[in-house]
Amino acid sequence: MPSYKRPGALLPMSTGYCPGCLHGLATRLVADAIEELNQQKNAINVVSVGCSALNLYSWCGDDIGAAHGRAPAVATGIKRCLPDRLVFTYQGDGDLAAIGLAEIMSAANRGENFTVIFANNQTYGMTGGQMAPTTLVGQKSTTTPYGRDPVTTGYPLKMCELISVLEAPVFVARYALNSPKGVMDAKKGIKKAFELQLAGKGFTFVELLTNCPTNWGMSPLATLDYMNTNTVPYFVPGVYKDKEGGKQ
Amino acid sequence: MITINELYCKGCGYCIKFCPRHILEMGKERSQKGHFYPVNINEEACTSCAICALMCPEAAIEVTAKEG
Ligand SMILES: Cc1ncc(C[n+]2csc(CCOP(=O)(O)OP(=O)(O)O)c2C)c(N)n1
Ligand code: SF4
Ligand code: SF4
Repeated sequence: MPSYKRPGALLPMSTGYCPGCLHGLATRLVADAIEELNQQKNAINVVSVGCSALNLYSWCGDDIGAAHGRAPAVATGIKRCLPDRLVFTYQGDGDLAAIGLAEIMSAANRGENFTVIFANNQTYGMTGGQMAPTTLVGQKSTTTPYGRDPVTTGYPLKMCELISVLEAPVFVARYALNSPKGVMDAKKGIKKAFELQLAGKGFTFVELLTNCPTNWGMSPLATLDYMNTNTVPYFVPGVYKDKEGGKQ
Repeated sequence: MITINELYCKGCGYCIKFCPRHILEMGKERSQKGHFYPVNINEEACTSCAICALMCPEAAIEVTAKEG
């Protein structure tokens, strides 16, 4: 029979997130994995810029703030100086796929031995819902009020696909957090990425499809259905690269 | 058995939607924080599957395994 206890890496308070924001769930999954691997005192959370960074308020382990998009560079420095620590970045899609695109591709290409947790909510949440590189074709945002038009703004960037064609990364996977199956898989994927890092294998990248009820202008429950019909068919969940193989 | 910490809960309703036994319901009272929060309307039927806790973005739900 399963049981569940709130992980020790979370402070005893509610998150800084809006009701139903899957950043909260993603944060909890990271904390769950850290608890299961007994890494609470060893983990370092490299915080990005955006609502993504609000996980800082619930996090009770070590953390450090990076400039917008630069978390992979900061994580590189920390991990190289402290190779025994479990180092991860937690980044949104504006942070990682727009202003930080060069940083993430370079760190992945160098095969740095840390883990990237990429929360893709297809918008700039914190600044009020502008278009992100990952906003879906036709999806409305404050800067694409009639829906994203690929003629003027291109197509949503598929980060797992891009990173998986690089030589160095060892584990690249995407999970959707809008169903229990997706969340269970994500939990295993995060744990696996952390285990690979602890074994010194190299760069690991876990993308989590999330939502932004506030800026999508939907109830939390409606965002889950929207994700099913729109997000998941485009950003297809799955393991894109797994150099080490083995069960997940 | 499940325990819901109403001070963490923000009333998103994910636990209610995904409970396979449909035994959670949004309560009529607001928490101190001003959110409605779920109540268990049939504790007997709970199998301790922990899917509610799995889906909670606030880690507001804890589950203790049923005996036997
Ligand atoms: C150098 C710099 N440019 C712009 C900003 C403004 N800014 C703050 S958060 C943000 C976007 C965050 O979006 P995302 O990474 O998708 O995170 P979310 O809020 O959706 O979690 C921007 C552009 C900034 N803080 N610093
Ligand atoms: S604005 Fe969006 S991304 Fe930010 S906390 Fe609220 S729901 Fe989450
Ligand atoms: S999933 Fe968590 S936050 Fe949402 S209603 Fe249930 S207990 Fe509250």
